[in-house]
Amino acid sequence: MIEVKNVCKSFDGVEVLKNVSALFHAGKTNLIIGQSGSGKTVLMKSIIGIHHVTSGQILYNNRDFTAMSGDEVRALRQEVGMLFQGSALFDSMTVEENVRFPLEMFSNLPKEAWDDRVNFCLNRVNLHNANKLFPSEISGGMQKRVAIARAIVLQPTYLFCDEPNSGLDPKTAIVIDQLIQEITYEYNITTIINTHDMNSVMEIGDHVLFINKGEKSWEGNKDSIFESDNEYLNDLVFASDLFKKIKKNNLLNKRT
Amino acid sequence: MNLITHVGRYSQLMTGVFKKPDKWNITLRQIVKEINKLGVDSLGITIIISVFIGSVITLQTVLNTANPLLPTYVTGLVTRDTLLLEFSSTILCLILAGKVGSNIASEIGTMRITEQIDALKIMGVNAPNYLIFPKIIAFCLIVPVLVIFSMFTGIVGGYIITYTGVISPNDYILGIQYAFIPYYIVYSIIKSVIFAFIITSVSAYYGYFSYGGALDVGKSSTNAVVNSSIIILLFNVLLTDLFLM
Ligand SMILES: Nc1ncnc2c1ncn2[C@@H]1O[C@H](COP(=O)(O)OP(=O)(O)O)[C@@H](O)[C@H]1O
Ligand SMILES: [Mg+2]
Repeated sequence: MIEVKNVCKSFDGVEVLKNVSALFHAGKTNLIIGQSGSGKTVLMKSIIGIHHVTSGQILYNNRDFTAMSGDEVRALRQEVGMLFQGSALFDSMTVEENVRFPLEMFSNLPKEAWDDRVNFCLNRVNLHNANKLFPSEISGGMQKRVAIARAIVLQPTYLFCDEPNSGLDPKTAIVIDQLIQEITYEYNITTIINTHDMNSVMEIGDHVLFINKGEKSWEGNKDSIFESDNEYLNDLVFASDLFKKIKKNNLLNKRT
Repeated sequence: MNLITHVGRYSQLMTGVFKKPDKWNITLRQIVKEINKLGVDSLGITIIISVFIGSVITLQTVLNTANPLLPTYVTGLVTRDTLLLEFSSTILCLILAGKVGSNIASEIGTMRITEQIDALKIMGVNAPNYLIFPKIIAFCLIVPVLVIFSMFTGIVGGYIITYTGVISPNDYILGIQYAFIPYYIVYSIIKSVIFAFIITSVSAYYGYFSYGGALDVGKSSTNAVVNSSIIILLFNVLLTDLFLM
């Protein structure tokens, strides 16, 4: 469980996050949604400490992250996995070297067990026969899988995904979303996902936080989103004709 | 951004670089890899340039010292000392700043904008140490080898050109042995190690603080080469003053 309390963040005097508070639950896919530029990435990077918050508190299972020493932060990092928007695979390393890297750096497992763990994770994300390829030689969807495998190789308690399906076709996007959700349930991970993809919201929105211009503007889940009368949220979620129709049908069904 | 901010951020980065590595065996593996990439791969260009410059210095000296009053060994002596004192350290390092500096800045800059550096950070890896430390160590270790190669092949280049008949090869051989001061070689190597540190650390700095897209990586790379060259020239004056005056 991660708790964010009154977090503010500004860059050179420009306020990007304004007093955001939220609770992200273990064993659930927690979504942060909002328009491009609304501050999703900054919020996520503040939670993991790539950005230092200007004020506010971040609690990892009641441990105050903002008050931790450098060593404590580094220890905590080993409980954290992250999936970056552009996958961020190390392009000088092969697929299996990428997944093995966190093990080499931090694992207490004996060296002989590394390969097993690497192969287990690559199998878990359904990636076969790609071990020796370089990131530039595989498709975007496969890169995402490798990145997921790398993020879970040290069995994280917390998993962060920044726009996990940006740049993927709709079908692959859903597969990646479902994979993240399965892994979250399987290992009871506290997963936080940034997205502006409404398919993802409908698919895996266990808990949804809506950020508008750096402020928390709505909180709920994929079902309660239909009943929301938040103007900005409806603007974003039901922007397309398809989703407008879905919303209408959903409300009609409820009434009858 | 002003000079003081640059110096501050550079020093901060270097404090991170010179922390104890998380895993020595990984660092050693990286150092070997970098020696290959930065050092061994620069051997070809070092030799080519040195041979040509060595022969051209010989030709120029012959042309410009055509005076019966001067002893015949002058050409060899001038070629040798030019190579030993300045060319094989300073000029070579300026050339390598172009090759190695842009390579380092663009590699690290690309890692920055594609969030690979953030990925390292999230894992709890000390990214400056993991990425930059092996490059600095590797290049400082290999640069004396490049310098020695450059001195040797430069002198050979001068020797080869004597066979075109400009001066007698024997006079040249006499010249390169005449009044030889071994300390010049030591001096050159010390200088080159300092230049190697400047090239790698300054280029890594510009790469590490890239922000934006591919275009910005290009800019970082240019900044890396231009600024490390200027700093090398500045230090060259200081070091010459310190070691030879
Ligand atoms: N490192 C930074 N320095 C200055 N401004 C930044 C930085 N990172 C993000 N911003 C600004 O913060 C705002 C929110 O960005 P971001 O969180 O990336 O949006 P998104 O919701 O699309 O992920 C944007 O206006 C962006 O320009
Ligand atoms: Mg973003």
